[in-house]
Amino acid sequence: MSNLNKETGTPVVKRGLAEMLKGGVIMDVVNPEQAKIAEEAGAVAVMALERVPSDIRAQGGVARMSDPEMIQGIQKAVSIPVMAKVRIGHIVEARVLEALDIDFIDESEVLTPADNRYHILKSEFRVPFVCGARDLGEALRRVGEGAAMIRTKGEAGTGDIVEAVRHIRKVNEDIQKVASASDMELMTLAKEMGAPYELVLQVKTLGRLPVVNFAAGGVATPADAALMMVLGCDGVFVGSGIFKSDNPAQRAKAIVEAVAHYQDAALIAQVSKGLGEAMRGQSVTQLEDKDKLAGRGW
Amino acid sequence: MKIGILALQGAVREHAAILKQLDVETVNVLYPGDLNDIDGLILPGGESTTVGKLLSRYEMLSPLTALGQSGLPMFGTCTGLILLSKHIIGSSQHHLNLMDTYVERNAFGRQLASFEADMNIPVLGHAPFHAIFIRAPYIVKIENEGCPLLEWDNKILMAEQGNLLAAAFHPELTNDTRIHEYFLQKVKKYRYS
Repeated sequence: MSNLNKETGTPVVKRGLAEMLKGGVIMDVVNPEQAKIAEEAGAVAVMALERVPSDIRAQGGVARMSDPEMIQGIQKAVSIPVMAKVRIGHIVEARVLEALDIDFIDESEVLTPADNRYHILKSEFRVPFVCGARDLGEALRRVGEGAAMIRTKGEAGTGDIVEAVRHIRKVNEDIQKVASASDMELMTLAKEMGAPYELVLQVKTLGRLPVVNFAAGGVATPADAALMMVLGCDGVFVGSGIFKSDNPAQRAKAIVEAVAHYQDAALIAQVSKGLGEAMRGQSVTQLEDKDKLAGRGW
Repeated sequence: MKIGILALQGAVREHAAILKQLDVETVNVLYPGDLNDIDGLILPGGESTTVGKLLSRYEMLSPLTALGQSGLPMFGTCTGLILLSKHIIGSSQHHLNLMDTYVERNAFGRQLASFEADMNIPVLGHAPFHAIFIRAPYIVKIENEGCPLLEWDNKILMAEQGNLLAAAFHPELTNDTRIHEYFLQKVKKYRYS
């Protein structure tokens, strides 16, 4: 019995962790203290990074993978899964995070892309990856490369939910189009979306994405988080929205409860009381195209 | 027969899909009121810290403990095993405080140590069960009426104690319905007793 055929790093095991995060909130944290606040609030995982997206936006410069020492400090501080970001296409940053025994890698448009043409071939890694997407085609291209989880991109660091809503609406619309198409139409749809045909077939059979899909990019309030659940997301990433607000611990807890009980408006009203000011934010309509992060990656 | 699935967070839809395949009605449990009229309860995999906190914030712990003590069949997978245990190693906390198990969280390590393997579980018959372990806990020690159903490498990976059943792995991520059927036998016994 001890010589059993034990397999690690398989697609099943990688997607399995994403399945276990469903219905939960993943919070951006920049140090062990914030990670503990997130865990105490009930986060299902934390995303360790040096600067939250709104600071990256404000300060500019090149945004890279975080300092391994900081990541390890966060791994020691909490028992929930720890995720970290790498630049799009940066194979070595990803190998470094894998060597740090990270639980999940986000190949993220929030960091400055390292490769303008290719995303990482994620199937070659034992660690699972999550990637951003704005529509079904983009989501399935990432799944085709081996992503174990998708998040709609939204517009990170703005505190404006409008792009997150647009992206999940678009994914849903595309899925409906595939689900209602005849078999004869699928190859043409695959071509138009730029998506692998086999995965388009899978979407038609399942009636949803073949992997877990979280919302990201602009969630600032408990109601924002619940809105993304109502629109069909499996869970929510909150970046700047928590630790750029007046009362991070209470807001974090309120967002966790709003996601668990997203259909209960009375409860959302209750937890939304007296949270103080949300992150000030920046309306997406006032951003110039060059300042939008969602356009990074393809 | 109606089975409740604790639906605060985690792999809820997978358990519901397996029970649907077995033609069993399910209801998502979010509030204490949802516990009325169920014949069994599934505690799915998820993040135990999150689920534990939500259970205590919404005053679900004592009604669940009372139901477990009164004989309602409960089946916990991964996080569910941690919730059922009386003892969590390295922590003074417990949640439902029902099974006489000492459980170690994330006992195999972080995600890179997550694995899948075929395991022989005698109560399920000869065919091996494909078990999927995700940042899994295991039972270090079991006492009193607790009984191991699967042991490997000095680790207890599945156990039962009267009306309670727990697995360190995720049968809900497979298409194999045997463990759910084993649980439903407990439910039938309870219902007709």
